Amino acid sequence: MELEAAKMIGAGLAAIGVIGGGVGVGIVFGNYMTAASRNPSLKDELRTYAFLGFALSEATALFALVIALIVLFT
Amino acid sequence: MAADEGPMAQFDIKPLVEINLAGYDISYTNSALFMTLAVICTFSLFWAATRKRTMVPGRMQSVGELMFEFIAGMVKENVGKEGMKYFPFIFTLFMFILFGNVLGLLPYSFTFTSHIIVNAALALFIFIAVTIIGFATHGLHYLRLFCPEGTPLPVAIVLVPIEIMSYFIRPVSLSLRLFANMLAGHVLLKVLAGFVISLGVFGVVPFIAVSAVTLLEIMVALIQAYVFALLSTIYLNDAVHLH
Repeated sequence: MELEAAKMIGAGLAAIGVIGGGVGVGIVFGNYMTAASRNPSLKDELRTYAFLGFALSEATALFALVIALIVLFT
Repeated sequence: MAADEGPMAQFDIKPLVEINLAGYDISYTNSALFMTLAVICTFSLFWAATRKRTMVPGRMQSVGELMFEFIAGMVKENVGKEGMKYFPFIFTLFMFILFGNVLGLLPYSFTFTSHIIVNAALALFIFIAVTIIGFATHGLHYLRLFCPEGTPLPVAIVLVPIEIMSYFIRPVSLSLRLFANMLAGHVLLKVLAGFVISLGVFGVVPFIAVSAVTLLEIMVALIQAYVFALLSTIYLNDAVHLH
């Protein structure tokens, strides 16, 4: 297999990890919606935690993306 | 990597004024130009906001107060009264990153936050500052951060290495998050924009997609600046309050 083709396949495989991040972000915001609709008075307080959880779970997806970009462009 | 065309060309750093000092290349680049622009924008925004100070705020003053109170509330909520002396730093950080992200969304402009070295410098500064503040306020007791009070020994054997690792990975994840978000967003915009011309009449579809993604990117720019400031305050809270 040519090196260029192998790189493309490898980058594609590395990007699979982003699925987990997508699921994680969905769970975070979904549960934020549930919590905010059950107790709307806590909405503002929970928003900080929602964005914190979003940032932390998104980071893991971005690690996969960065690996994919490194494979592709170096 | 440094292609003339293609989605990565927008991240090329070009020297505008070549300066060479004792063998070091300290040229004034387009990255530095946009950092200067971000600072000028922040200055002029708050100059306009505080020019006419009235009890009932006007339009510009409302914008300034909104941003100020947003970050002040965040710092107060997460660190408490003791944290307010670090508020100017957090606010400066927030505005700098915010304008860096938003200015980068203008066509033909440059996003300095899409270079990991810029974010790494900011994140390392926060990391070192937080460590110094922690040791200054708690002394060696600050090491309790890695092993909370009342941890049983079998748990501590597993917990302490994990806590130490998560502490040292902070600057990496902090800088990488902003970098990867900006990089991915701008590459996506460029790739989608490439389809608009090449698809002819059907280019309307990617054009609508580019418009939608641009809106998404504005949101991402705001959220990432907020998240960067939020995580900085949370790290600060660890240093000030030890959990």
